Amino acid sequence: MSDKTDKTEQLRLSVFKTYKLYVGGKFPRSESGRVYEVTDAKGKWLANAPLSSRKDARDAVVAARKAFGGWSGATAYNRGQVLYRVAEMLEGRKGQFVHEVADAEGLSKSKAAAVVEATIDRWVWYAGWTDKIAQVTGGGNPVAGPFFNLSSPEPTGVVAVLAPQESSFLGLVSVIAPVIATGNTAVVVASERSPLPALSLGEVLATSDVPGGVVNVLSGRTAEIAAPLAAHQDVNAIDLAGADEVLAKDLEIAAADNLKRVLRPQPVDDWSATPGIDRMTAFLETKTVWHPTGSLGASGSSY
Amino acid sequence: MDMQLQTSAFAYAPAPESRAIVDIAPSYGLFIDGEFTEAADGKVFKTVSPSTEEVLSEVAQAGTEDVDRAVRAARKAFEKWSALPGSERAKYLFRIARIIQERSRELAVLETLDNGKPIKETRDADLPLVAAHFFYYAGWADKLEHAGFGATPRPLGVAGQVIPWNFPLLMLAWKIAPALATGNTVVLKPAETTPLSALFFADICRQAGLPRGVVNILPGYGDTGAALVAHPDVNKVAFTGSTAVGKEIAKTVAGTRKKLTLELGGKGANIVFDDAPIDQAVEGIVNGIFFNQGQVCCAGSRLLVQESIEDELLDSLKRRLSTLRLGDPLDKNTDIGAINSEEQLTRITSLVEQGEAEGAERWSPDCELPSSGYWFAPTLFTKVTQAHTVARDEIFGPVLSVLTFRTPDEAVAKANNTPYGLSAGIWTEKGSRILAVAGKLRAGVVWSNTFNKFDPTSPFGGYKESGFGREGGRHGLEAYLDVR
Repeated sequence: MSDKTDKTEQLRLSVFKTYKLYVGGKFPRSESGRVYEVTDAKGKWLANAPLSSRKDARDAVVAARKAFGGWSGATAYNRGQVLYRVAEMLEGRKGQFVHEVADAEGLSKSKAAAVVEATIDRWVWYAGWTDKIAQVTGGGNPVAGPFFNLSSPEPTGVVAVLAPQESSFLGLVSVIAPVIATGNTAVVVASERSPLPALSLGEVLATSDVPGGVVNVLSGRTAEIAAPLAAHQDVNAIDLAGADEVLAKDLEIAAADNLKRVLRPQPVDDWSATPGIDRMTAFLETKTVWHPTGSLGASGSSY
Repeated sequence: MDMQLQTSAFAYAPAPESRAIVDIAPSYGLFIDGEFTEAADGKVFKTVSPSTEEVLSEVAQAGTEDVDRAVRAARKAFEKWSALPGSERAKYLFRIARIIQERSRELAVLETLDNGKPIKETRDADLPLVAAHFFYYAGWADKLEHAGFGATPRPLGVAGQVIPWNFPLLMLAWKIAPALATGNTVVLKPAETTPLSALFFADICRQAGLPRGVVNILPGYGDTGAALVAHPDVNKVAFTGSTAVGKEIAKTVAGTRKKLTLELGGKGANIVFDDAPIDQAVEGIVNGIFFNQGQVCCAGSRLLVQESIEDELLDSLKRRLSTLRLGDPLDKNTDIGAINSEEQLTRITSLVEQGEAEGAERWSPDCELPSSGYWFAPTLFTKVTQAHTVARDEIFGPVLSVLTFRTPDEAVAKANNTPYGLSAGIWTEKGSRILAVAGKLRAGVVWSNTFNKFDPTSPFGGYKESGFGREGGRHGLEAYLDVR
C-alpha cells in the first residue's frame, strides 16, 4: 500500500514557482535579467530569486510615489479594512508560508507555524491601529489665546524599508505593516538570504485590496539596492532594520542629503513580542492647525 | 405655491427592496448562555411591523428569574473572557464585524421591517455604522494600554445594558462592542417594539464562535430592564433612552458600586446665521429633524434662524419638505417611514395638538398617509416662543419648532435654554463664528455646516439631563474600564 502511494507520488513532478518582484501591483522580473540562488538553512537550492538593480529600485520608488496620494487619502477605516483583508488572505495561505518559513529559517513545521500565526496576528494588530493612532498621538492643544489648535499625525510619504535579515516573515511584516497602516507607501528590500516569503507576500497583497504600489518588494543584495534608495530624492524616510552597522552608517549619511527620517537598526531579540507604536510614529509628521475662535459680537468676529 | 405640481414632478415608481432576503421565524426565545430558551414563566409578546401592523414574530419575554439566569451566565463567562489575551478578543470582534458586513442587507431589511424606518437609512446608515463600530472596538481590545486609562486597565465585570427602539442594532453595537473589547460580558435588553435584530445578532455570535455566556440577549419590557439594572451582580449599567427612565435608573444604582453611563433625551438647536449657505442648511435641517422620522435623541428639533433670513429660509424649507416621500419603508425611494409604535404616535400627536392649542402655527406639506400602520406627516411649527411646550419637550417625532434670533449671543442663550444638552448645529460660512458659538454651547456634540454625523471613532454623549458618559472613540472605552 505504502509502496503504491510512493510510486504515484514519484510520477507526479511538482511545478516550481518563478519568484518575481512585486512593483506597482505587477510581478516583473528584474530589469537587469539577473537572478541569484536562494538556499534553505542547510544550503539546499530552493529557487532563483530576482537580483534587483538600481533601476528596479528607482522604478519601485516611482510606483510608491504614484500610490501615495490615494493610499494616504483613503480613510483610516478603509485602510484598516484593507489591512485586515491581508490577514484573512494570509490565513488561507498559511500552509505555503509555513513551508517557506521552515525552509528559510531552518525551523520545524510547528515552530514555523507559530511564526506564521504570529505574523497573521501582527497584521490584525496593525489593522486596528489605522483609525486609532491619531487619537493616541494627536489632540487639541490648549493654547493661551482665542484659538482652536489641533495636532494630527500625517504619513511621511514614501518609506524605504530594509527588512530584517533573520526573521524572513514575522520580522518582514513587523516592519511593513506599521509603515502602511498610517498611510505611507513602501519600497521593501527583502531579506537577502531568505527573500522567498517576502516575494510570496507580494502575491497576497495583490489579492487583498491593497492598491498597487502601496507595497513594493525587491529581492537581491541589500547593500546594492539600499544605496540608491537612501540617496533617492523622492524617498522621504528609510527603515534600516536589515542593515548591518557599517552599511547603516553609510545609508544614514546618504539619507541626510534630503533629510530623510531614519529609523536606525535596533536589536530585536523576539519579533513575536507585542510591539510598541514607535515603528508607526517614526514615519509620521505632526501637522498643527490654528484657527481663531473669534468672539460673540453683534455680528460675530471680524475674521 | 403649487404643491400639487411639486409632488407630481417627484412621482416615483415603486422600488421595493425584497424582503425574501430575511427569514423571520414565527417565534424566538431568550438568548442565555449560548442557547435560545423560553422564559421561565413562559411569557411571550408579539412584535409588529409599524408600517403595516403585521405581526412579525412572537418573542419570549424575560422575567426576573431569566434576568438572574442571564447574569449568572455572564458572570461565569466573565472569568475566561476577561482572561483571554486582548488579541484573541479582538479576533472574535473582527469576526463579528465581518459577519455583520456579510449579512448587512438581510439585517437592513429586518431592521426596516421591525422598526419602520426607511431601507435607505438602515442600508446606508445603520448597518455600515454597526459593522464599523465592531471593527473599531475590535482593534482596541489588544491596545488598551495605549488608551490613556493606565498601564493595565481592567474590565468591570458583567454589564447590564438597556437599549432603545430608534436604532436597535446600532445601539446594540454601541453597547456591546466596547464592553467586549475591554473584557466585560453583557446582558442586553432590546426594546419591546424592536427585539428582532438583537436576536439575529445572537445568531451572529454563534456563527463567530463567541464563547457562551459572553453575550446574553433578554427581550422584554421596562420591568425586564428594571430587574436587570437592579440585579446585585451587575457591575456596570449602560442605558440609552428617555431622561425620565434614566433618572429612575440613577436612583436604582445609587449607593451601589455599579458604574453608570446614560445617553438620554435631547432638544437640539440647529442655529442658522444669515451668511449660511441656504440650500446646504436646508438639507441639514431636513436631515436633522426628519432622519429616522425625528425619533433621534440628538435630533435638531429646534431651528434657530437669524431673523433677517427667516422668510427666505422657511420658503426654501417648505419647498423641500414638499418633495419628501413618505410611505413604504422598504421602498428604496422613501424618505420618511413609519412611527415606531402606536404609543409613540399617540405621544407625538398629543404634543403637536398642545403646540397648536398654545398658539404656535402648524404647517405640513400636502402628504397622504397610508391607511394602516403608524404615520405622522412632517410638521413645522412657526411663531414658536421659548415658553411653548413644542420648544421645551422632546417630541421624538418628525416635528420641527422654528424660533428666531437677532444676535449670536441671543442664539447661544436660546440654544442653551433647555435642561438637555446632547447636540447642536451651527450654519455659517465664518469659521471663527463656528468656533466661538461652539465654545459657548452646552452640548456634547456640535455639528457645523453638517448634522447627524456619526463615526465609531468620535465620542457621542450629552451634557446636563441628556446623560453622562461617552460612547464611541477612545473616550468610549472608559465606560467599561475600571479606571480608579
